[in-house]
Amino acid sequence: MVSSKTAGDRIFNVVNTIILLILTFSCLYPIVYTLSLSLSSKEAVDGGKVVLWPIGFTLRSYKLIMQDDAFFHSVYVSVIRVVVGTTLNLFCMVLMSFPLSKTTQEYKPRNAIMWLLVFVMLFNGGTIPWYMTVRNYGLIDTIWALIFSGSISVFNIFLIVSFFRQIPQSLEEAAIVDGAGPWTVLFKVIIPISKPVLATVLLFVSVGYWNEYLQGLLFINSPANYPLQTYIKQIVVKISADISYTTEQLQELTKNSNQALDAAKVFISMVPMLIFYPFIQKYFVTGITLGAVKG
Amino acid sequence: MKEKKKGGRSGYNTLHYTLMIIPGLVWIVMFSIVPMVGIVMAFEDFSPSKGWFGSPWVGLENFEYLSRLKDVRKVLVNTLVIASGKMICNLIIPIVFAILLNEVKNMKFKKPVQTIVYLPHFISWVILANIISTMLGYRGVVNVIFGWFGYEPQVFLGNPSIFRGLLIGTDVWKEFGYGAVIYLAALSGIDPNLYEAAAIDGAGRFQLIRHITLPSLAPTIVLMATLSLGNILNGGFDQVFNLYNASVYSTGDIIDTWVYRIGLVKVQYSLASCAGLLKSVVSLIMISVSYLLAHQFANYSIF
Repeated sequence: MVSSKTAGDRIFNVVNTIILLILTFSCLYPIVYTLSLSLSSKEAVDGGKVVLWPIGFTLRSYKLIMQDDAFFHSVYVSVIRVVVGTTLNLFCMVLMSFPLSKTTQEYKPRNAIMWLLVFVMLFNGGTIPWYMTVRNYGLIDTIWALIFSGSISVFNIFLIVSFFRQIPQSLEEAAIVDGAGPWTVLFKVIIPISKPVLATVLLFVSVGYWNEYLQGLLFINSPANYPLQTYIKQIVVKISADISYTTEQLQELTKNSNQALDAAKVFISMVPMLIFYPFIQKYFVTGITLGAVKG
Repeated sequence: MKEKKKGGRSGYNTLHYTLMIIPGLVWIVMFSIVPMVGIVMAFEDFSPSKGWFGSPWVGLENFEYLSRLKDVRKVLVNTLVIASGKMICNLIIPIVFAILLNEVKNMKFKKPVQTIVYLPHFISWVILANIISTMLGYRGVVNVIFGWFGYEPQVFLGNPSIFRGLLIGTDVWKEFGYGAVIYLAALSGIDPNLYEAAAIDGAGRFQLIRHITLPSLAPTIVLMATLSLGNILNGGFDQVFNLYNASVYSTGDIIDTWVYRIGLVKVQYSLASCAGLLKSVVSLIMISVSYLLAHQFANYSIF
C-alpha cells in the first residue's frame, strides 16, 4: 500500500537521476579525457581541440612509449615493490593480529602492544627524522627503502584484529582439542575463514604501494630506478618547478612538451587499477564498514 | 596438578604468540618508533655528519627562530583554512550524496553509480594532479570550453585567489564516493517498515528524508564529524605537493609542504624537524580529544 507516485515525486526522481548521472560522469571524465588525449594527434592536443573523444586518432604516443625503456623500467620497479612489499606486509600483519585478537588472560602483553600501536597511529616523528632514519639504515638507492620505509599500517592491523575477534571461539577450541598449536590454528582455521578482511587489506596495501611516490623521490637518487608514480611525478615537475611562470613562458613550455605522450603514460599507470578494480571493489566495502561499525 | 598443566600450555602459547608478534613489531619499531627518537633534531643544531647524538644541543633556539619567521603565520593560516574547508565539505557532501543515492530504487542504476564514484579514491594524487593540471592547463579542456564563451585562456593553477577553492573542490570530488560508503551502510540498516508506515500516514518524499533518513544517520554523522577534528592541521600533503607551484605559495603553501621545502630542499633539518614536531604534537592532542569525544558520545572504541 505504498502511495501512488505524485507529480512532485516524479520530478524529484528525474532531478535526482540527473544529479547522480552528472556526479558519476565527473568521476569517469578525467580518465576518458586522458585516454582521448593519448589517442589524439599532437597538433590536436597542442591546439586544444580535444574535449571528449580523440581528435585525429593515432597510436603514435603508444608506439613512442614502446621505445621508452625508462618508463618500462619504472613499471618493473613498481611491480616488484607491490608484489614483495604486499607479501611481506600482509604476512607480518596477519601474524601480529592473531595474538592481538586474544584476551589479556590468554596473552598478557596484548594490551601493552595495542596501546603502543595506538600511539604509533596517532603520533609520528615528522618527515625529517623519518628521512634521516631511513638514511642511517643505509637503504638509500635500494628497493628496500621503497618497501620498508612506510612501516606497517596500524589501521589495517586493527581491521584484521576486529575481524579475528568475531570468529566463534568454538572453532579454535575444536582444533586445539585435536592437538593443534597456535600456528596450525592460525593457518588452518583462522586464515581460511578470514578471506573478506584479508582481501580488503590486500587491496589497501597493494594500492598503497602502487600509488606511493614520495619515497621514490626522497630515497632513490638515480631517476632510472624510480617507481612508476615517482616517474610520473617527475614528468610533471618540469612544468611546476619552484619558479613563477609568466603566461608566455607557460605557452612556450606547453609547446615543447608532448602532452599526448604524457597522457598515454598516465593512462597506462591507471590500467592495473581499472582492470582489478571491478573484482576487488566489493571487498573494501565489507572492510571499511567492518572497521567502522565494530565495538 | 591441573593448574600446572594449564600454566604450561599457556606458557607455550605465549612463547609462540610472541614469535608471531616479532616480525611486525620489529618493522614498526624500526620505521615508526626510531624516527620518534630523531625528534631530538628539533633541539639541536643538527648536521648529518655528527648524527642525532653528536650534534650540539641548542634547546629551544629553533622554536624561537621559527616563531619569528613571517612564513610560519601564512603557512598556518593556509593550513587551517584549507583543512577546515575540506573537513566541512567532506562531511556534508557524502551525506547528501548517500541520501540522494538511497532514494534510487533501481539497482541496475544504483550499483554502477556506486562503483564508479569510489574509483577516484584509489587513484593517486600524482596521477590525478597530472590530469587536473592538464585539464586546467593553458590548452586544457576547461580553457577550451571557456573559449566557446569568448573568454581568454587563463592559468588557473597559477591564480592564488582560486587555489584554495580548487584544492577543496578536487579533494571533495576525489573522496565523496568513498566517504559515502559508511552512510550507505547505515542507510541499508533502516527498517523499511518505518518508511511504509510513514508513507501510509501520508508523509511525502522530503518528510520521509527529514523524519526517518536523517535521524537514522545522526549517530554516524556525529561520529564522523568528531573523528574528523583530528585533521585540523592536515592540509593534504600529497594533493598540495602535486598541484602547487611558486605562484600560489601565498594561499596554497601548507605546513607539510613548507616543512618539505625547508628540510629536504633547503636542508635546514633542525628548523623543519621543529615545525614537524609542533604539528605532530598538536595533531596528537586533537586526535586524542576527538577519540575521547567519540568514545563519550558515540560509543566508539579504537580497538
